[in-house]
Amino acid sequence: MRRLLSGNEAIARAAWEAGAVVGAGYPGTPSTEILEEFAPYPDVYAEWSPNEKVALDVAIGAAYAGRRAFATMKHVGLNVAADSFWSVAMTGVEAGLVVVSADDPSLHSSQNEQDNRFFARWARVPCLDPADAQDCHDLMVAAFDLSERFDTPVLLRPTTRVCHTSSPVEVGELRRSMPVPPAYVRNTAKYDMAPANARARRPALERRIGELAEFAETFPFNVAERRDSSLGIVASGVAYHYAREVFPEASILKLGMVYPLPRRLVADFAASVERLVVLEELDPFVEDQLRLMGIRLHEPAVPPIYPQTKSVFPLIGELDPVSVRRAAVAAGLLPSPEQGEQPAAGPAEAVPAQPAERHTLPTLLPLVAVDIAPRPPSLCPGCPHRSSFYVLHKLGVTVNGDIGCYTLGMAKPLEALHTAGCMGASIGVAHGGARAGDPGRHVAVIGDSTFFHSGIPALLNVLYNRSNVVTVIMDNRITGMTGHQDNPGTGHTLQRQETVEVDIEQIVRALGFPPERVATIPSYDVKALEKQLKAWLAQDGPAVLITQQECALLPAAKAAYLPLSVTDHCNGCTICFRIGCPAILKSEELDARTHRPLALIDPVLCTGCEICAQVCPRDAILFKSQVPSHV
Amino acid sequence: MSEQPTHLPAQINLALVGVGGQGTILASNVLAELGMRAGYDVKKAEVHGMSQRGGSVVSHVRWAPLVHSPIIPAGGADVLVAFEKMEAARYAALLRPGGTVLVNDYAIEPITVITGGAHYPDDAEIESLFAGARLVWVHGARVADELGNKHVANVVLLGALSTLLGLPETEWAAVLDRRVKAAHVEINHRAFAAGRDELAARSVS
Repeated sequence: MRRLLSGNEAIARAAWEAGAVVGAGYPGTPSTEILEEFAPYPDVYAEWSPNEKVALDVAIGAAYAGRRAFATMKHVGLNVAADSFWSVAMTGVEAGLVVVSADDPSLHSSQNEQDNRFFARWARVPCLDPADAQDCHDLMVAAFDLSERFDTPVLLRPTTRVCHTSSPVEVGELRRSMPVPPAYVRNTAKYDMAPANARARRPALERRIGELAEFAETFPFNVAERRDSSLGIVASGVAYHYAREVFPEASILKLGMVYPLPRRLVADFAASVERLVVLEELDPFVEDQLRLMGIRLHEPAVPPIYPQTKSVFPLIGELDPVSVRRAAVAAGLLPSPEQGEQPAAGPAEAVPAQPAERHTLPTLLPLVAVDIAPRPPSLCPGCPHRSSFYVLHKLGVTVNGDIGCYTLGMAKPLEALHTAGCMGASIGVAHGGARAGDPGRHVAVIGDSTFFHSGIPALLNVLYNRSNVVTVIMDNRITGMTGHQDNPGTGHTLQRQETVEVDIEQIVRALGFPPERVATIPSYDVKALEKQLKAWLAQDGPAVLITQQECALLPAAKAAYLPLSVTDHCNGCTICFRIGCPAILKSEELDARTHRPLALIDPVLCTGCEICAQVCPRDAILFKSQVPSHV
Repeated sequence: MSEQPTHLPAQINLALVGVGGQGTILASNVLAELGMRAGYDVKKAEVHGMSQRGGSVVSHVRWAPLVHSPIIPAGGADVLVAFEKMEAARYAALLRPGGTVLVNDYAIEPITVITGGAHYPDDAEIESLFAGARLVWVHGARVADELGNKHVANVVLLGALSTLLGLPETEWAAVLDRRVKAAHVEINHRAFAAGRDELAARSVS
């Protein structure tokens, strides 16, 4: 049956069809929806683990116990889980294990642009690279079979464009019923990687990848599409579709498995075409392997920007039909647009059959210079993080930040953050700065989910190794940026079961922070935050402030929205603009004396968090208790 | 479902742009499903931004006998639907010459304008970007307000768009009903009809 599914929905569906019993992951764009979609299927167990390493260990544990399992994460999540990835690459599995790690070309929502296909090659693990949602489905099913047949974890590596593009997918209607082993297998030579065992096991990885390379020759998702032989393209991932769109006549070798490569298939394809190029996103992963095989690739007429890396297509960022076409023209693979025919513009009133795209760049609307304001993401109206950043900026301390919505605290006008690197880094980076002798005080800022993810060991280190870092744990009661996933602090699991609500303050106290060095303050209380931080910064020694207030986009918070309003006490002093709230606008009206614009609150956006009312020096913004109730 | 109707064009590229929270994704889901029901191959691509709300959002919907690239190339969109008017300007280059842009007559000022002094283009500047195309202002926000629910502005725009696409209204209704919460079906139908009227009135005037 055909269904309209995103790549992520297709992966979840396929996992269920393949009989996967366990799915574990940590939220991360663009991978998050896979587990959210998997969790409601019948007869499955799905969990948000505290971090990606735990998630992969959970999936490994299920696979060791003879049940099909998978772990999901974004590309950088596999860095966190790398130790477990390597260890299971060594041991192999009792039942199918798939690691789904989604890359993010163009860093739409990430801190780097790493190409995780290298992880597979590094650990001698097969890598499948889906081009669309149908591939996501079919390759996920195939991955479980491959895993069992070759006794290996399998890396499925979609990209943002594949994860978040929906298209019709032919799905299966039945769930495979997998046999369950009668008892847990004890096979220490395989599963206990003490050095003696690991040393003996080591050659198995090389044998396995050799057998996989042989299998890849007939893997049904490595397909040579023979068309015109003057140009051959080796393509994988979504780049396959750009190849089809930009070079409709070219022969294409579509690789569903990019590691290990089917060497004979590739060599035969190369020999059958006059010119050969590789079209892949990000690093020259396939291209380098072809070069090592001694295969001659087309030399571009104009060298690319980074000639030491990829020969024709851009190295950096997501590809699209325009960038592929432009690179092809520069490389002499397509005639330049002037030589080609231009598509004619259609009639203005009707919609609109566009002429089939040819070997030309499309005609564009006339270029007009209009200054358009950027619209960067910003902390939402009512965001409970806003007050802390306002105070930290005001105090002028060095703030080492972390990964979450609160990374946006670096933007104007709050400009509070100095650094934000990767999950859990804030506290360690602050500690390092402090211990290095930096004279300014360091404040680490970390969210609740990130604290559970990898902040706890770093906070332990602050205490153990005696720095004076002040840590602010911004607890908004949810994993926010990825779209509201539960975590150990929310009291619910991914499958909506009630569970323990882990108390952050208790964890901090249990680490050994003295009572006077730990405080929990409601996030919106600007004065209390400032007073507490000032007091701790005036003394030496570490401390932990937990700011607590649920995310303003959670249903309970939304139900309590009550927009505030500005009174005629406002004289245009502009202090309320410094909190960077999208709900506070500059009105057209100027103050008679200062000639500065008066503040205006957008009642559609305002939640009534009262941060602006607290910072207003003239009491010109009404608090909720002062706002006349609606009729 | 049904075979591709012969009176429809062979392929249509629709770009939807707006600000996070405006219902751009819902509208693109409706269009993708509609295209599939009409017998096209479809692809719908979107990028989820960094924050929950407030960022710029773009969604690409392509209908054709066989769709390859999920992304509409610059100059490749037949219709651009803008739920916020500065976003129409930002993505103007997507529209092909002779294409149609439907612009919700509604501004959401970004923080860069409110506190940073960045420039929000006026209507004449926005219109100047679409010389060589057909620009239609749609009072989506105002109509939605009059209907008593500001969140249905996206469906008002879809109603306006429906007059350009030549699919029966019953098809739109069937897809809308599946995609919106049961409690909101009725108001969405009214919003959709109001959007159709908006454009009908426009072509008369």
